[in-house]
Amino acid sequence: MTDIDPQSAALRPQSTDAAAPLLIQLEGISKVFGGVKALQDVRFDIAPGEVLCLAGENGCGKSTLIKIISGVYQPEAGGTMLFDGKPMDKLTPGLARSLGIQVIWQDLALFPEMSVAENIAFEQNLGARPRLVDYGRIRQIAGRMLDRLGVAIDLEKPVRELSIAQRQMVAICRALVADARLVFMDEPTASLSKGETDALLVIVRRLASEGIAVVFVSHRLAEVLDVCSRVTVLRDGRYVGTYPTKGMTQTRLTELMTGRNFDQSVRAADRSAAPAVLSVEGLGREGDYAEIDLVVRRGEVVGLTGRLGAGRTELALSLFGMTRPDRGTIRLGGEVTDFRSNRDAIRAGIAYVSEDRLSLGLVQPQSIADNIALPVLGKLVDALGLLSKRRKAALVDDWIRQLAVKIGAPEHAVSTLSGGNQQRIVLAKWLATEPKVLILDSPTVGVDVGARAGIFEIVHRLAEAGMAILLISDEIPEVYYNSDRILHMRDGRIIADYVPGRDDIDAIEEAVHA
Amino acid sequence: MPDTTPAAGPRFALPRLGSTERALAVVIALLCLFLALTTDTFFTLVNLLDLLNISAVNVIFAVGLLVVLIAGGIDISFAVAASVVQYLTALALQQIGGGGWISGVLIAGGIGFLLGAFNAALIYHFRIISIVVTIATFNLFFGALMFFTQGVSIYNLPSWWTSRVVLFEMETASGWAELTLPVVVMLAVVFATWLLIRRLTIGRQLYAMGDNPEGARRVGINIGAMHYLAFGWLGITAGIAGLMQAHYAQEVVPNALYGRELDVLAAVVLGGARLGGGRGTILGAILGVALVTITQNGLNLLGVSPYAFKMIVGAVILIAITLSNSGVGDLVTAMKNSARRGAARKADSGVSR
Repeated sequence: MTDIDPQSAALRPQSTDAAAPLLIQLEGISKVFGGVKALQDVRFDIAPGEVLCLAGENGCGKSTLIKIISGVYQPEAGGTMLFDGKPMDKLTPGLARSLGIQVIWQDLALFPEMSVAENIAFEQNLGARPRLVDYGRIRQIAGRMLDRLGVAIDLEKPVRELSIAQRQMVAICRALVADARLVFMDEPTASLSKGETDALLVIVRRLASEGIAVVFVSHRLAEVLDVCSRVTVLRDGRYVGTYPTKGMTQTRLTELMTGRNFDQSVRAADRSAAPAVLSVEGLGREGDYAEIDLVVRRGEVVGLTGRLGAGRTELALSLFGMTRPDRGTIRLGGEVTDFRSNRDAIRAGIAYVSEDRLSLGLVQPQSIADNIALPVLGKLVDALGLLSKRRKAALVDDWIRQLAVKIGAPEHAVSTLSGGNQQRIVLAKWLATEPKVLILDSPTVGVDVGARAGIFEIVHRLAEAGMAILLISDEIPEVYYNSDRILHMRDGRIIADYVPGRDDIDAIEEAVHA
Repeated sequence: MPDTTPAAGPRFALPRLGSTERALAVVIALLCLFLALTTDTFFTLVNLLDLLNISAVNVIFAVGLLVVLIAGGIDISFAVAASVVQYLTALALQQIGGGGWISGVLIAGGIGFLLGAFNAALIYHFRIISIVVTIATFNLFFGALMFFTQGVSIYNLPSWWTSRVVLFEMETASGWAELTLPVVVMLAVVFATWLLIRRLTIGRQLYAMGDNPEGARRVGINIGAMHYLAFGWLGITAGIAGLMQAHYAQEVVPNALYGRELDVLAAVVLGGARLGGGRGTILGAILGVALVTITQNGLNLLGVSPYAFKMIVGAVILIAITLSNSGVGDLVTAMKNSARRGAARKADSGVSR
């Protein structure tokens, strides 16, 4: 654990004086990558000693903006960048560093095998002309920086032995050694515990009190509101606005980031009159699940919830033919099935979007088009049995339009897309198989608030079109607001069922997670 | 009493012994104890100094290769490059009418540097991974050498090159114990390499590049220069090792060093250098060479068939790596790290561009 000087907790960020000279000021900044407008007419400014939050969903252009300010990318012509009121064009990474702009990326870019001291004062080792390393001076500089932050870390320890929170402190110290005047912190709290986050915020306030401007890029709305004086919001590469955090609410910020209202309402309906598509009776598999009875009807979304390890994914894998149950029956459209592999399940009309879709669900370096067409290549052949380019293009275009995926071109690699859009490609890929039953396993893990809503809009549309959907998630609001019925699984058995609207969401939350 | 580990000399190079070095030292000590008890010849000054004399060339290769491994690369071509250096140096010395130690070292080091720089250029400018480049240049260097020499050895080397230089000698009960020139050259190369990677700023940049290439680029390290430095340094040490090997063998044979690269690589990795960069010490590399040399020497003294040598040396390397606590520890850490990296990658792919 990092030790924090308790006195520093008293420090508060300096309030931004409207008359104070701005440290940097950007106006009309745009950036285009291969035809996609990553940034469009964006403005940004920050004063010395200010802590500002840069908020926006995945793919909104935050990283592009940081890379422009740190000289990695050149903006398109037409914008202005002022540093200390002086125009700054042709910014290079070296020049940005000499101006005191430091970026602490999420991966921290430390040297794990080297000592804490050498990481902090690595600057001392730079330069093309060979000099003797002055380890004494390196230790002295590093020690001074850690003292300045009120943090105690063994200077001789290799960085690989530190916790993530301590590594972050080392990265901050390194930025300070370089005489930082503006520090970007990219999602610094993503892998920190609550206590570690609080300790980090104390440090951030301390930097601000020394006149260093800090830009906090964060997804966790609560702490953003807590530490920052203003928040600048980007959406789809455009500047939405900069707002004081005083009076800002989480709901309001989410609206600004996504451009949408989230009126969460229950959409559950009684569909017991509809014919059953998937019905399971007495299904069991040693060590995984037991005595499972469930029915998913035409047009119905059934939520399956429970804590991690409750057997949800194990059940889904059996429904998808990846594992064989020991007993019980699975009926599809009334007929008993006997899947020997998931190929049989796919052929019978079951699609399964796995939990780990980003690595298992997509072939990242391949094109968007190839990914979508992958499971249905057999259906895209012409009279000679060869792959029809025309049919493939038609299929791909159709799904990209239906799911509103934002892409440059179908030929681009999937890895170029943001998380939310990759998610849609996975959906497109499975929907192309024209399934009767769609199993979604934790479909919103790592997906933005706004992108989540988009995914569920698609899910609802599919249900309306008659698809039977099994939605697996441990997030209660997700199943509550998107399902017709909810099944609660624990220790491999279904122990309760709930109906959104009839049952209270907090009661379900309590039953599942308490 | 002479020190049983030839590597104990440069201990000053490392204030703190890593766990790999400690484990290796224990294994070597046990091995020496066993050989001292089972043979009458092992623990004699003659044999111990001879061990130093014969391992000098491999130690010179090893510390050079260590620099490349630390920088995150690998090189398969350095041993045959040393053979090329031997030939070209012999030819060049004929041209200038014999030369001497100074011109010999300059020419051998210079040609070695150029061959290493050739590898660096291919790796850096064409962005080909180092193992592919150096397997190709391994074949290129060796093929060209065999083609142009027709496999013919050179025996008429300048006399300064082949005449033995004895720096210390002493008559003992079991014969003359002597310390020869390659040992001193080895010490010089070891010291220079220690200076480079531990005490010079550019050496720390090498470590940084091997440790985290992306991080090194971001702090502004000149990645291209680092490639030339690492492979050029190995080239120079390989050139000097080639000069010493010819001095020791008193002839230049084109395939004399063929296959040496894997022996040296195994010894350096045994000594704790990580394939992938960022970790490795001079002491570890030397201990790695020492273990392999002592094992071979012991088998010889025990009268084991030479045909069994490679097999037993291979087994000893495996056992030593497994026994070394850090070896096992590293494996666990590496697995944890790769799992964490996997998780980080997953998180990353959700981050905005």
